[in-house]
Amino acid sequence: MKMVRKKQKAKIIPHKVPAEEQNPMERRSNFKEVSLGYTEVTAVKEAMRCLNCSRPQCIERCPVHVPVPQFIRAIKEGRFKEAIDKIKEVNLLPGVCGRVCPQEDQCEKSCILGKKYEPVAIGRLERFAADREMQYCRRSVSELPVSTGKKVAIVGSGPSGLSCAYELAGLGYKVTIFEALHEPGGVLLYGIPEFRLPKKIVAREVQSLRDMGVEIITNAVVGKLVTVDGIMEDFDACFIGTGAGFPRFMGIEGENLNGVYSANEFLTRVNLMRAYEFPEYDTPVKKGNRVAVVGGGNVAMDAVRTAIRIGAKDAIIIYRRSMFELPAREEEVHHAREEGVRFELCIKPVRIIGRDGWVSAIECIRMDLCEMDESGRRRPRPIKGSEFLMPVDVVITAVGTNANPLVTQSTELLSVNKRGYIIVDEETGRTGTRGVYAGGDIVTGSATVISAMGAGRKAAKSIHTYLNGD
Amino acid sequence: MAVILEKKLVRSPDIFYYRIESPLLSKIAKPGQFVIIRLHEKGERIPLSLADINPEEGTISLIVMAVGKTTTEMSTLKAGDEILDLCGPLGQPTHIEKFGRVILVGGGFGVAPLYTIAREFKAAKNEIVTMLGARNKDLLIYEEEMRRVSDRVLITTDDGSKGIKGVVTVVLQEELARNGADLVMAIGPVVMMKFVCETTKPFGVKTIVSLNPIMIDGTGMCGCCRVTVGGETRFACTDGPEFDGYLIDWDLLMNRRKMYIPEEQESFEAWKKRHAHLLVKGC
Ligand SMILES: Cc1cc2nc3c(=O)[nH]c(=O)nc-3n(C[C@H](O)[C@H](O)[C@H](O)COP(=O)(O)OP(=O)(O)OC[C@H]3O[C@@H](n4cnc5c(N)ncnc54)[C@H](O)[C@@H]3O)c2cc1C
Ligand SMILES: Cc1cc2nc3c(=O)[nH]c(=O)nc-3n(C[C@H](O)[C@H](O)[C@H](O)COP(=O)(O)OP(=O)(O)OC[C@H]3O[C@@H](n4cnc5c(N)ncnc54)[C@H](O)[C@@H]3O)c2cc1C
Ligand code: SF4
Ligand code: SF4
Ligand code: FES
Repeated sequence: MKMVRKKQKAKIIPHKVPAEEQNPMERRSNFKEVSLGYTEVTAVKEAMRCLNCSRPQCIERCPVHVPVPQFIRAIKEGRFKEAIDKIKEVNLLPGVCGRVCPQEDQCEKSCILGKKYEPVAIGRLERFAADREMQYCRRSVSELPVSTGKKVAIVGSGPSGLSCAYELAGLGYKVTIFEALHEPGGVLLYGIPEFRLPKKIVAREVQSLRDMGVEIITNAVVGKLVTVDGIMEDFDACFIGTGAGFPRFMGIEGENLNGVYSANEFLTRVNLMRAYEFPEYDTPVKKGNRVAVVGGGNVAMDAVRTAIRIGAKDAIIIYRRSMFELPAREEEVHHAREEGVRFELCIKPVRIIGRDGWVSAIECIRMDLCEMDESGRRRPRPIKGSEFLMPVDVVITAVGTNANPLVTQSTELLSVNKRGYIIVDEETGRTGTRGVYAGGDIVTGSATVISAMGAGRKAAKSIHTYLNGD
Repeated sequence: MAVILEKKLVRSPDIFYYRIESPLLSKIAKPGQFVIIRLHEKGERIPLSLADINPEEGTISLIVMAVGKTTTEMSTLKAGDEILDLCGPLGQPTHIEKFGRVILVGGGFGVAPLYTIAREFKAAKNEIVTMLGARNKDLLIYEEEMRRVSDRVLITTDDGSKGIKGVVTVVLQEELARNGADLVMAIGPVVMMKFVCETTKPFGVKTIVSLNPIMIDGTGMCGCCRVTVGGETRFACTDGPEFDGYLIDWDLLMNRRKMYIPEEQESFEAWKKRHAHLLVKGC
């Protein structure tokens, strides 16, 4: 016994096996993926680091409980197909989650190894398993289950809607997704940029849903073309996963000047409409030499790094607290720095100044970080008289989003909280209306891909129970 | 995919009528609403008002002026061709009720949406006075259609080639002074709507305008279409497109519409080079 333990200890590699990345100077001007991911050799090497704990905490911390040790073990032993099958038992989008999950706050946070060393690179391994399947395996179209003869409608094709659809289709329901935009994927498509999440990965997952018989109706704005009440006349149940895509603005002077964007608009132009390939694609975007992005979250990082790629000489993050409080993932901040993003911290915009209708500068005020607020972060307070001007030609605001009211306003029986988010029973995702369920950002406010997926999955299970007469 | 069932020239050389198959949309769309179309995979999304809605037949109609890349490319389509994406109905419908005397002012392609709106106002037992203005008589559209749904139609042309010589606002002012009105609604070029509002303001007649800022999604997700109404930021795609004309910040709207002029020209020029052969006039 002692021997074994000793042997294991000797084997521990303190650091994650690095994944190759595109050189920062090169990637500044392209939209190709930043991280190149693991190869078979590096993946197996990293998988060896996993201790295969008997009571693994990593599973608990993953919102959908991916069987981490099992899939890592399969990678370690070279059974790559089995690894992906294991993950897919609970996670429809491993290629997405492996890339964009905030692993440092989830699975990897409670990895035993992480107590003393770097945790196992669970995310990278998950991505490897998904990518390898994409590269080498013919997709096994799993046998379609016996039809239950019942129909479920899903509103919105973001991660919550997609995973709910996946689950229900697997149980034999006829699933129809209504999506407002012309392509399915939600934020995965219009928000998160290509260099962090290639769109072909999303497209492939959507295709596998179609292969399972899920119908996706695009250009279908629920609340306009059809209402939830109307849907309930034709379907046995409905899941609402419309996200929190209503951009917030700062409410300061000059915000409607030309050259001021919400992060949603800027990213939608570039990602969904492919403005970075303008004029090959028709939709334009203002490139800007000096671009200021207001905000410190992942959305701000995505916007600022996108601005660099389309040609900004100077790309600046304006954030009102310090680096310590910056909510974006460490990895994103690190990548942004490598790419030359300038961080202007502890300042807050007070006014946007224009010339001939266009942004010419942003006026900011310095902030003093004072006592902790309820969220445990220090509360910033403006320092009187410290205003200064920063010349810029594009401003992008990434200061958060609200609930999109299209669905809730057109559906009388849905109860919402004061911020417009749908109120559901936490355990089941059930709304106050019989047969109508909701989940993802439209319930929680902006959260994560994996939590939205978890909510979709949970709701699917409750829908299944409901439709079976429990 | 939506099939164009019929296309015809409304006004040579650049305004076209398209009747498009859309069974579901036509059943619930209301006057005053609009759609967003995307012609093909590489296309942009552009908003277009509903010029007619025919639920029995399962069609909607659009009247589109070819002004730039997308609208010109659209003008090269023929009956039987398909539009890749058709999304709608979007925006709030016109608020229809019995007001009494309603004056409708139309300019350019703005006359198109006015037609369905006029029909509804008429059905709600309003008296309809329509005013159509253009530079000369060849630029007028939809006069016959508007006559069918109006009690009176007044035409103005800048050169006097038809109707009254002068701009529409002069006629509007006279009409208001003589007969008054309970509601004025104006749809057309931004400048026209702005001057209509300036004309009606002294009379204190409620004036509704339909705004046309640049849009992308049309569902409230991007904020591209924001306009300032009564000092507040509103999204024209979800809160509008119709607003109280007295509250609009017109300069801001005009400015924002200019945001992409160089890019629009670049894209249009590039397209024209590649597609010179398609640019035959007519259908
Ligand atoms: C730029 C950006 C970067 C992000 N980065 C990360 C990250 O790195 N990691 C992470 O975990 N999370 C990230 N997030 C958050 C994450 O993307 C969201 O939490 C997640 O996508 C929410 O999923 P959802 O299914 O609830 O909604 P969404 O993804 O918002 O999808 C909602 C869908 O519903 C559609 N819809 C809306 N209204 C209607 C209607 N009326 N009718 C029909 N369809 C409608 C929308 O068009 C959309 O397709 C990021 C978000 C953004 C904006
Ligand atoms: C609610 C609404 C209803 C409309 N209804 C009609 C209609 O019934 N018939 C019609 O002919 N036109 C209508 N328009 C205007 C139409 O959308 C634009 O003419 C069209 O987008 C121009 O595209 P383009 O590529 O051909 O020209 P561009 O070269 O791109 O632009 C020419 C002009 O159109 C404006 N424009 C460009 N893109 C947009 C956009 N996405 N949205 C709005 N304006 C834009 C610009 O300010 C520019 O001055 C409407 C616009 C709105 C917002
Ligand atoms: S889904 Fe996300 S949180 Fe769960 S194991 Fe995978 S990377 Fe970790
Ligand atoms: S906690 Fe870490 S070491 Fe243990 S099984 Fe999970 S990933 Fe492996
Ligand atoms: S067009 Fe995007 S919010 Fe109105």
